[in-house]
Amino acid sequence: MMGEILVFVEHDQGQLSPSAGEALTAARELGERLSQKTAAVLVGQAAEGLGTMCAEYGVQFAYCLTSPVLSDYGPETWGQAIVELANQCSPSVILSVGTDRGNEVLAQVAARLSAPFAANSTVVQRGDAWEITRVQWGGSLLEDIVVDSELLIASYNHHSIEPAFFPGDNEIEVRTVEVELDPTLGRTVIRDRVTLTEGVTLSTASVVVSGGRGVGSAEGFAQLEELADLLGGRVGCSRAVTNNGWRSHTDQVGQTGTRIAPEIYIACGISGAIQHWVGAMASKNILAINTDREANMVTKAGYAVIADLHEVIPAVIEEVKRRRS
Amino acid sequence: MRVLVCVKRVPAPGSRINISPDQLNVDTAHLGFTTSPHEECALEEAAQIIEEHGGTVTVLTAGPTEAEEQLRYAASVGGTDFVLIPNNSGGDWDPERTANAITQAVNKLEAEDGQFDLIMFGNESADAGGFQVGVRVAVALDRPIVNGIKGIEINDRVFTARREVDTGVEVYQLEAPAVLGIREGINLPRYPTMKGRLASKKAEIAIAPIEVHPGGQNKVRLHRPEERVTETNVLGESAAAAARVVDLLDELGVL
Repeated sequence: MMGEILVFVEHDQGQLSPSAGEALTAARELGERLSQKTAAVLVGQAAEGLGTMCAEYGVQFAYCLTSPVLSDYGPETWGQAIVELANQCSPSVILSVGTDRGNEVLAQVAARLSAPFAANSTVVQRGDAWEITRVQWGGSLLEDIVVDSELLIASYNHHSIEPAFFPGDNEIEVRTVEVELDPTLGRTVIRDRVTLTEGVTLSTASVVVSGGRGVGSAEGFAQLEELADLLGGRVGCSRAVTNNGWRSHTDQVGQTGTRIAPEIYIACGISGAIQHWVGAMASKNILAINTDREANMVTKAGYAVIADLHEVIPAVIEEVKRRRS
Repeated sequence: MRVLVCVKRVPAPGSRINISPDQLNVDTAHLGFTTSPHEECALEEAAQIIEEHGGTVTVLTAGPTEAEEQLRYAASVGGTDFVLIPNNSGGDWDPERTANAITQAVNKLEAEDGQFDLIMFGNESADAGGFQVGVRVAVALDRPIVNGIKGIEINDRVFTARREVDTGVEVYQLEAPAVLGIREGINLPRYPTMKGRLASKKAEIAIAPIEVHPGGQNKVRLHRPEERVTETNVLGESAAAAARVVDLLDELGVL
């Protein structure tokens, strides 16, 4: 089979995204399996300096796509830029990680190339045809599909790949490709940004202290806030909490909220419906604090305290302070 | 303002999702059905838009005859017109086929009653989660689309759309006719009122049969991910467990 593997590497205004390591690791691994060369795709002139960072993951080539309309992120301009590159180099695979942008850009690419798109894949194999396993229901079920197309366009499920540097003296060849884009596609480029959080966010925090219906009220979250602050973490919540108006949807962990992958997820008074679980299941450790020993979250957690969260959390806060003083 | 909202009928699962014996679908024998959550919010947003600006909300779905239930629900919470593209194949169409059918339906509805100023999709469906139908329709219609939208302001014919990202908000401006992928959290959907329930009973549902070819993605089977078998280590049954909790935090290097 001819063609190379292109992997869309996300950045924001020249800042490499945390998912970039996942994308590059997955692409290099697939390239090794299929004996094909792998190239990182960086969109926009702001990304020109990022090629060498891609080398650390063992990718030998990078394309940096430039055009006056690629000044900032826009799903249509970025998608069409990758289409232009694909038309020039006829890749066999176009990959990304299934983040908001990763799925949005590849959906644009697939629509424009009239090709199938397998979002949030966990397994990519080439037999007689492309054989893919992808997630349904946010990860509660898996679906095996066969993709009837020479060109495979697929995203990897976010947090399903462990990023790994490639050992050795890695060299990368970076090619700048000027692409011609219809300026009208600039209609969906970002117009403005509002920065709300500096530093640690829900999806990058190493500690997430999360509350469910069991917290009982908006005020009940003050204790969770205090513990999260002490540990340099963030507060999350379940859908029941946002539906009750106790917290903003921004804090919601789950299938329709944020997917998280902290070192430890402290789930307080959360029963653990599947829609919540799929947002939290990538956590490395889970501590459930719940009065119900049979709650889903408790049976799925590695650690549990079977007691009232409003008694446990203040005691934990006191203990943390005591050990630090 | 002429608004179209595309919705999907999905099972409302409990704590576990079972698979049908032929491994191709979710076993829905004991399940109710609902509108996919992002789309329920899209519908609420559309209802609020026409309350403020006037106009109509057409609600479209592709699905089995039973999807009429979701269209009738839509009628009870602000929808004004309803279209069902029948798919009685017993399973979902693939995303390309769904997008193709919706595109044809939009062309037909626009030829009859004029262009939609805004078409809304959910960011992704709760079940299949293909993340593409809205984008494919927008590209086919050559209209701008941005996904993940959690805020819309309308000024003249310009939609200012806000998307939450990890660190804040990205702001986009799309001129009508436009397409938006809506995310849960943009609003809290209303419950049907008595008046709404009446409207739901009276709603007329247009059936729009559309011939579409399958796309390139073929389902082989559904299966369950390997379940993480977890032995839960109970650290205690009272606030006295705090010391062991902090030991754990220390061990994990987050203290």
